[in-house]
Amino acid sequence: MSPNSLILADALLPARNQMALSLGAHIVLACFGMAMPAMIFVLHRRGLRGDDVALELAKRWSKVSGVLFAIGAVSGTILSFEMGLLWPGLMEQYGEVIGLAFALEGVSFFVEAIFLGIYVYGWGRLPGRAHILMLVPMIISGIAGSFFIVSVNAWMNAPTGFTEVDGVVVDVDPIRAIFNDAVLLQFLHMFLAAYMVAGFCIATIYAVGLLKGRNDRHHRLGFLVPLAFVAIATPLQPVVGHFAGQRIADDQPIKLAAIEGLAETEERVPTVLGGVFIDGELVGEIEVPIEGLGSFLAQNSFDAEIIGLDAVPEDERPPVNIVRFSFQIMVGIGTALVGLIAWSAWGWFRNRDEFFTNTWRLRAFVLAGPAAIVAMETGWITTEVGRQPWIVHGLMRTEDAVTDGNWVWWTLIAMIIVYAGLGLAGGAVLRSMTRRWAAGEHDLASPYGPSMDELEASRGDRSEVPA
Amino acid sequence: MSEAVAAIMFAAVILYAVFAGADFGSGTWDLVAGNARRGAATRRLIDRAIGPVWEAHHVWLIFILVFLWTGFPGPFGTIMRELAIPFWLVGLGIVLRGSGFAFRKYAPDIGWARVAGSTFALSSVVTPFFLGTIAGAIASGRVGTGAEGVVWMSPTSWIGGVLAVLTTTFLAGVFLAEEARRHGADPALMESLRKRSIVMGAVTGVVALAAVVPLQADAPTLADGLTGRGAPLIIASALGGAMTLVLLQQGKLRSARVAAASAVAAVVAGWGFGQYPWVLVDAVTIEDGAANSTTLAGLLIASGVAAVIVVPALVLLYRLADSSQLGSSH
Ligand code: HDD
Ligand code: HEM
Ligand code: HEM
Repeated sequence: MSPNSLILADALLPARNQMALSLGAHIVLACFGMAMPAMIFVLHRRGLRGDDVALELAKRWSKVSGVLFAIGAVSGTILSFEMGLLWPGLMEQYGEVIGLAFALEGVSFFVEAIFLGIYVYGWGRLPGRAHILMLVPMIISGIAGSFFIVSVNAWMNAPTGFTEVDGVVVDVDPIRAIFNDAVLLQFLHMFLAAYMVAGFCIATIYAVGLLKGRNDRHHRLGFLVPLAFVAIATPLQPVVGHFAGQRIADDQPIKLAAIEGLAETEERVPTVLGGVFIDGELVGEIEVPIEGLGSFLAQNSFDAEIIGLDAVPEDERPPVNIVRFSFQIMVGIGTALVGLIAWSAWGWFRNRDEFFTNTWRLRAFVLAGPAAIVAMETGWITTEVGRQPWIVHGLMRTEDAVTDGNWVWWTLIAMIIVYAGLGLAGGAVLRSMTRRWAAGEHDLASPYGPSMDELEASRGDRSEVPA
Repeated sequence: MSEAVAAIMFAAVILYAVFAGADFGSGTWDLVAGNARRGAATRRLIDRAIGPVWEAHHVWLIFILVFLWTGFPGPFGTIMRELAIPFWLVGLGIVLRGSGFAFRKYAPDIGWARVAGSTFALSSVVTPFFLGTIAGAIASGRVGTGAEGVVWMSPTSWIGGVLAVLTTTFLAGVFLAEEARRHGADPALMESLRKRSIVMGAVTGVVALAAVVPLQADAPTLADGLTGRGAPLIIASALGGAMTLVLLQQGKLRSARVAAASAVAAVVAGWGFGQYPWVLVDAVTIEDGAANSTTLAGLLIASGVAAVIVVPALVLLYRLADSSQLGSSH
């Protein structure tokens, strides 16, 4: 059976697309949920020390993060439904092994949701010091929650913490399953990615404002705070990514072979960029002229042997091109963003005033937010598609986990429509929030646009009054 | 140990029914609040009442799901296979409701606000209905037993769905009336909510009583349980419901809120005791469906952690919301 025939299993193709769509959407929101509380904390603290611009920014950002959190929470709920609805085989067999991570994730997000409620609704109601402290449990629980959820995914890459006798799971050690061999690096990578996605996206928004000539303290601060976070996260990301790659070389050599486009097991493997994998070989690639660099990157030795795709039967190989392209896009963007940070650092230390008006650098920042999202998504595609045909590496095939329901195409279509609608509506709402703020409106009334006074004032001159 | 896990899971079901139930039910009141002008006061009240808390309440559902698949992986798989359609509808309802609620608050103009608001309101009614059909399907002994036909379309499922909508609406009416009283801004609104809640309570009670007859035929195991082990709770629930109506009549809204919540908690607990010892009625018992003991122990510890961390935080949230230190976010 060829890898392509995997999609012949009825529900598999739509189920995968659905999982990818809902995770791909949720993960972007999750990044903001993870990173924004820390950024708001920085602003709020400045605000408490008398910086009114910072306080106003903290207030606005907390409202935005309230909206994003709400959609993140409901999209996350869909994910937990989908774990069972789309992959009942996975949960029936291994639910008891990995479930504890999910339970602890639940506790974490519970705490996050509670303190988000307190924080967002606490403006002007809680004393400043107590109010800002409400962010601390949010920051901690956001980190803990994403650790536990990434731990589940890492477990799928490096399953441990149980034994299987005649297809029956015994000797379960849930703690070992949570702290599996892949979790540390995957979590660190994801953690940095979250700060990068949120940080670069917010910087993108304020870069647009600066480019339009709104070079006021408000925009400078809104640009600078996320930038400070990504300035730390971005240079670390390739380092963590490198070690993640070495982890794959040990545990999932076929995934690495797909990333490298390596058809046969070889020693002194070079590093190759670009190219397309056709009929079992890489065509049109560019070789980096350092002999054995590929081996060195994966195994710390220029002579090391790297396992090729030929080490396993054809039906145990992932689709090479998707994995390889995704990986290269991620690494390409990661490298470019390190470059952008270096350029910014240089600009910052050379001339502070020019820093906020340098058109070309600001334009680069306009692209940086979307690019960070693309890097994160392609990173996920690398690890997910690279694991195929396994849903649990080496133990369970995706086709054996998928539901036998005949409704999957329908739910996929429904989900595409709903998420497209949500994307449009969410975009419109966030745009309108920023427009109203830009127009100098400080507090948005709720729940329906105009405030009570306007409602009173406008009564009489309109037949139906916005409520 | 499996029974302890099941008990905790069911406690979460009760908490979800009461707290998220009141949030869901608010959507019904929102739906019938009238056009933008007439409904403005009601909708502001709803926004203030559930805004700070609904996300936290929503997490109880995640808890239940996670406990089910970790503690009872086999039955979880069966439920998800056989009840996929209503689960998808619940999922759709949850997404639309949460985003509708979040969006309408910051909608660009009144047109958007209307669309977002009605999405929120409508899905608040649909979601508990399908949750009720799911409960009905399991309770009637159709899931995992190879029953004929659409397992979630039996009389018991219909009863479950209708009762879920009615009870959440009743509950929300009482909660909102008390909320309106506490803020004191709009006595007329409080009065109307109080009166309509009495009607809702009476209707809910009548439907619940009438449901006994079809249940006996359609879900014999459950009916036995309800009249046997679950009977004290069912009676308590009926008394609680009646007491709520009396308290509402007397205008004692604060106590009415407690009575209504107790009545709902009691009826849900009655269902739990009624279907004991089954996870899937007539198919899998708690003991047979449970995961290995290490995982169950892990879940118990996780619940302990949750109790220590989450409960004080929740109490803090309620105290702040109650003392009007939190309100709508502007
Ligand atoms: C802003 C996002 C971002 C950026 C700039 C990078 N990555 Fe990444 N990468 C991710 C976001 C990401 C991710 C989405 O977070 C993934 C998916 C799963 C995971 O744990 O991290 C990932 C996975 C991932 C994997 C697979 C891990 C596994 O399967 O266990 C490797 C080998 C790398 N990355 C390597 C790199 C290198 C060498 C980068 C630097 C140049 C790099 N990544 C930049
Ligand atoms: C902890 C988080 C994650 C979990 C638990 C998870 C789980 C799964 C599962 C169960 C599947 C189906 C089986 C499979 O095809 O591998 C899947 C597939 C997939 N996921 Fe993930 N995933 C996670 C993160 C992500 C993210 C954030 C993305 C973002 C794009 C993603 C992209 C994909 C893609 C593209 C597939 C399809 C793979 C294929 O078609 O071969 N995953 N994931
Ligand atoms: C690596 C992948 C994931 C990360 C980093 C992540 C992170 C987060 C974060 C930070 C939140 C808080 C809400 C927000 O701020 O937007 C959240 C919410 C949630 N996530 Fe994910 N998530 C991931 C994947 C998943 C998966 C695979 C599931 C499915 C089981 C899931 C289930 C949930 C649920 C149920 C919520 C809602 C909790 C609440 O109401 O606060 N997440 N997630």
